[in-house]
Amino acid sequence: MNSSNYLYAAYAATWLIHGFYISVLIRRYFRLRGRISGQTKR
Amino acid sequence: MKRVFPILAVLTALLLAYGFYEAMWVAPTERTMGDVQRIFYYHVPSAWTGFCLFFTNLLASIVYLIWKNPKADALAVSSAEVGVVFCTIVLVTGPIWARPVWGIWWTWDVRLTSTLVLWLIYVSYLVLRRFSDSSQTPVLAAVLAIFGALDVPLVYFSIWFFRTQHPQPVIGGGGSLDPRMLRVFLLNLFTFSCFGAMLCWARYRLEWMQREVDEAEALESLLGTESVSLRDTQVKIAAGKNPRHP
Amino acid sequence: MNFLASITWATLAKDIRLEWRSKDAINSMLFFSLLVVVIFSFSFDPTAEESRQIAGGLIWVAFLFAAVVALNQTWARELRNQVLDAYRVSPAPPNALFLAKALGNFILVSLLEAVMAPLFVVFYNLRALGPAWQLIPITLLGTWALVVNGTFFAGMSLRTRSREIMLPLLLFPISIPAVQSMVEGTRLILSGDGSARFWIVLLLTYDVVFTTACLALFGTVLQAE
Repeated sequence: MNSSNYLYAAYAATWLIHGFYISVLIRRYFRLRGRISGQTKR
Repeated sequence: MKRVFPILAVLTALLLAYGFYEAMWVAPTERTMGDVQRIFYYHVPSAWTGFCLFFTNLLASIVYLIWKNPKADALAVSSAEVGVVFCTIVLVTGPIWARPVWGIWWTWDVRLTSTLVLWLIYVSYLVLRRFSDSSQTPVLAAVLAIFGALDVPLVYFSIWFFRTQHPQPVIGGGGSLDPRMLRVFLLNLFTFSCFGAMLCWARYRLEWMQREVDEAEALESLLGTESVSLRDTQVKIAAGKNPRHP
Repeated sequence: MNFLASITWATLAKDIRLEWRSKDAINSMLFFSLLVVVIFSFSFDPTAEESRQIAGGLIWVAFLFAAVVALNQTWARELRNQVLDAYRVSPAPPNALFLAKALGNFILVSLLEAVMAPLFVVFYNLRALGPAWQLIPITLLGTWALVVNGTFFAGMSLRTRSREIMLPLLLFPISIPAVQSMVEGTRLILSGDGSARFWIVLLLTYDVVFTTACLALFGTVLQAE
């Protein structure tokens, strides 16, 4: 494997992990907002 | 406070993009390692940010144990989680860097092993928080954080001595940096620190919001929906305001 | 100080007496230790030279697994009949309870090691080429290192789901420097490569640091349940 491929793999891995975590946070946020609007409706 | 966060988030994203551009194209290519060395601009700043976050967790845990401030506990869990994310990146990019340069995926040298142990300790911290049913989970977690902090110097010292007995290639060895490389490195160091702080802040706000919602729901089941003050609380949360402040 | 010692002794004596009368825990643990030694001997079957290099690691990993089995039942008796609640409201210092449990576990795990060690020596034809007397402080300090943290984390795991897996999950990362010291020290003594003095000192430091931490924080953990 060409050594530059390792470079791309490392950068891709970094952003994949960060992207995954941010998506987890965003999903939790929207679920929370759903709960809040569920409360105020009642 | 509400306006500041999106602005800073956008700024941080721009900084990250700029840091990426600098790391990939502006920084000069290293003589012996080639382009692969550019991983260094992501690997080391991530390690630095991760360690700072773990240190934040330690301080927040101590504050919580002494003063039982719930904000300290929310900060503790946020910094632990984001710290684990950054530490994971260090442990992933490290071997990817080591393989083409030194021919080995892993070596039990001081830095890598200490990072691995730190990662293990904090993953166990997060597992304890998730699995603990006690209402005193924050106290237990804070105690575990202190144990972890006591352990880290011992880990470092024991591996250091082991390595002086069994020397092995040191990954990411020292040596001075070309000033242009230093500039890119410092830029990415600053950028990732900001990114880590922003993620921690976002996670903290999410945690705090979660606790408010849980509390509101608990109050609702206790008092019933006729309570006027409860309605106020719910309206305030929905509007994004802190229900405790007028 | 006398109060602490007398309560510790009373609790420890109670535990030993109860265990001696029923012997169910100790018997199953002894058999488990034997099984571990046999399985390891089947899985790692090196020649005499290699065995000296890896025996340290094998022995201590086997001890670690046996210790976890022993530690998991530390608080089992106290959970029934609200004994822990009684302890919390009593004027007895929580450190006395912790010390009694830790000492009880220490005796139990040492007993298991005393059974397993000769078996390892037999199966692997071990002979200490270095200063064999150093094995004693390593064993004593190493066992205490595992037991003191294990008893503490067993207490922390009481109110968690999957209690049995929680204990090793918390214990293993924190014990890494201690385990490394035990393994390296044992390897040095068995292969005669040098003195294990550094590792003994490190184990001693580890024990002092964590015994202090456990004694200081056990009250918090006990009250937190």
